[in-house]
Amino acid sequence: MNSRSITLDALTERSETPTPTGRPLAFVNARILDPASGADIPADPKGGVLCRGETIIAAGGDIFAASIPDDAQVIDCAGHCLAPGLVDMRIQIRGAGFLSTGNAAVAGGVTSAACLPNTDPVIDDMSVVEFIARRARKVGLVKVYTYGAATKGLEGREIAEMGMLAEAGAVAFSDAVKVIADAQVMRQALSYAATFGLLVVQHPEEESLAGDGVMNEGETASRLGLSGIPREAEAIIVERDIRLAELTGGRVHFAHISTAAALDAIRRAKARGLAVTCDTAPPYFALNETAVGDYRTFAKVSPPLRAEDDRAAVIAAIADGTIDAIASDHSPHSEDAKRLPFAQAAFGGVGLETLLAVSLELYHNGHLDLLSCIEKLSLSPARLLGLNAGALTAGAPADLIVFDPEQGWKVDADTLNSKSKNSPFDGRPVQGRVLTTVVDGRIVFRA
Amino acid sequence: MKKAETPPPFIAFPHRHLLGIEGLSPPEITALLDRSEIYVEQNREADKKRARLVGRTVINLFFESSTRTRTSFELAAQRLGGDVINMSVMTSSVKKGETLIDTAMTLNAMHPDVLVVRHGDSGATQLLSEKVNCAVINAGDGSHEHPTQALLDALTIRRRLGRLQGLQVAICGDILHSRVARSNIHLLGTMGARVRLIAPKSLLPCGIERMGVEVFHDMKDGLKDCDIVMMLRLQSERMRGNFFPSTREYFRFFGLDYDKLANAKPDALIMHPGPMNRGVEIDSEVADDIGRSVIREQVEMGVAVRMACLEALSVNLAKAEGRA
Repeated sequence: MNSRSITLDALTERSETPTPTGRPLAFVNARILDPASGADIPADPKGGVLCRGETIIAAGGDIFAASIPDDAQVIDCAGHCLAPGLVDMRIQIRGAGFLSTGNAAVAGGVTSAACLPNTDPVIDDMSVVEFIARRARKVGLVKVYTYGAATKGLEGREIAEMGMLAEAGAVAFSDAVKVIADAQVMRQALSYAATFGLLVVQHPEEESLAGDGVMNEGETASRLGLSGIPREAEAIIVERDIRLAELTGGRVHFAHISTAAALDAIRRAKARGLAVTCDTAPPYFALNETAVGDYRTFAKVSPPLRAEDDRAAVIAAIADGTIDAIASDHSPHSEDAKRLPFAQAAFGGVGLETLLAVSLELYHNGHLDLLSCIEKLSLSPARLLGLNAGALTAGAPADLIVFDPEQGWKVDADTLNSKSKNSPFDGRPVQGRVLTTVVDGRIVFRA
Repeated sequence: MKKAETPPPFIAFPHRHLLGIEGLSPPEITALLDRSEIYVEQNREADKKRARLVGRTVINLFFESSTRTRTSFELAAQRLGGDVINMSVMTSSVKKGETLIDTAMTLNAMHPDVLVVRHGDSGATQLLSEKVNCAVINAGDGSHEHPTQALLDALTIRRRLGRLQGLQVAICGDILHSRVARSNIHLLGTMGARVRLIAPKSLLPCGIERMGVEVFHDMKDGLKDCDIVMMLRLQSERMRGNFFPSTREYFRFFGLDYDKLANAKPDALIMHPGPMNRGVEIDSEVADDIGRSVIREQVEMGVAVRMACLEALSVNLAKAEGRA
């Protein structure tokens, strides 16, 4: 177990600084998990995190050994875990709106989220980036960052104004749920983005091969009479884009990887030192294609839930570091969009509120230690997107969660905070619950 | 008005053709520039004609439209007393299915002495030069070379700053499609200047660093302490696909304005081979800054440089014919 020493001198010095807003917040008696420093410090009444205004002043095992500042609002974490707020690198807001998304996010322990550019209007113009940031700020729950469209209108033909979008605040570039299919356009996107050191995020699915498939190609699809999407559709684009990243020197990131073949390609690319990264989402390590059951449209996601061997490969790749991050891939849909024959129903599921609990299965099942699990959900995505988040370091934003990794509960779509209820995990028993969420030093959620 | 002295014969250029800067030695480049100096002065006088090309036929063979370069060559040949024919092949023979070599053979039968060739394909002038008996000057082949442009750029710089050796030159913009950039990289490198390229990655050819240049993607970094800022035209007509998102974004990051120019040396010269896309690769104010922009001077130097090149090749022709 790592430990970290933070001197009281530093704390005292900082304490004399005028407080920008409100009283300081002192979280005490918590097991501190900080992926940035590698610290996993057992709960101790003398340890904790002190926030002042929007900033963490100090964190560590003995910061309150002398005393807790007199004016502090003290929150006793009762031995539960205290970690940086989760950074969700892939959500869609869609029709759900900022309030519903914000409520779902903070209930799930997410303090920063990057929203895909497939909004209406599409985020291919600076004004939309600024508009979304403004709206999200007004709601004041989760911090919303935006992707910029990689191509104008998400049409896959002409690259978008990446430089200016990045200046306006776009954190990475993607065509959202659409693959950048044309190899020349992808080359130009990677090449142009590399000019500014920007990240291009690909939805890897060879669309002509995926065709009109609605679930994973295989025995289950054949039995159900549903058209299938072969797993090769993912690997083909991944292999192609790795070559293009090598050609251009660009940074490519693959979203929601779901197959062993694609992971093998990414593993090899990383071993060669290429700027290739990827994430996955809880459905791909917690579910397999059998979740489709009798045409359960909540299990219709993109890419589709794969076979068991792919699911096992995803877990192995999370454990060995091939998969850098876990994102919720939150995709809210109205009931109308899902209450349809399977082939006609929309792809996607909500995931913000179940992100931590389902991800903690990796810890409970012995695939990851708790700190590594938190790292995949906070620091790692923050680093990929260049966000100042995911750390409990002094000076970092006061975005925190208190959670109990052991508390069991059952996902019930009807009780989700999200306006949309299309969770592929509806009815699933899970273990791990967010108790408190703090954004910029403000408590925005309490269980 | 005083009539200029007739310059002494030109003997220092041993090549039959002028297909590119690559392969020319520093003394050869210096000889062409020195010779051009004489013609600069001569062109400023009332009596501009010299008899260096009397009896010679120069054919301007342009497979791509270009008023400026063609006129410059035409004037250069006329001032040396040569006969000039302009042929524009875009709309005539090629449409009838004639190949480049067919055209060359046809022209060859007319016994020209110098062919000035512009073609949209890199290497086309080289191919043509292998099929004709006359001298060939490359007036721009695809994205390959444009040697007289590099020479006129060098002459402009040398006249302003007195040297090429040791200067820091930034070439900015559409390097990928630019023959001007390639010729300038060769020339400036050969003459001891240091060359930086500044462009988005999508407008830079693979492995260009191996031509001995430094590459930058940020104008402010790239222009730092430069003596010369050479802007290039966005060659939209050569672009297959989109190499940058929009002209407004291009100008924001790669267009030359005073803000970016402030990073170069205070007296840095601004150059552009023209025609300019104002507000795209260069701000109008900067382009028209009479204190720093030498864009018009470049045009003037063009005629003198082309006179020197035509003369150099005709001297060699005469040698080959046993007349000199």
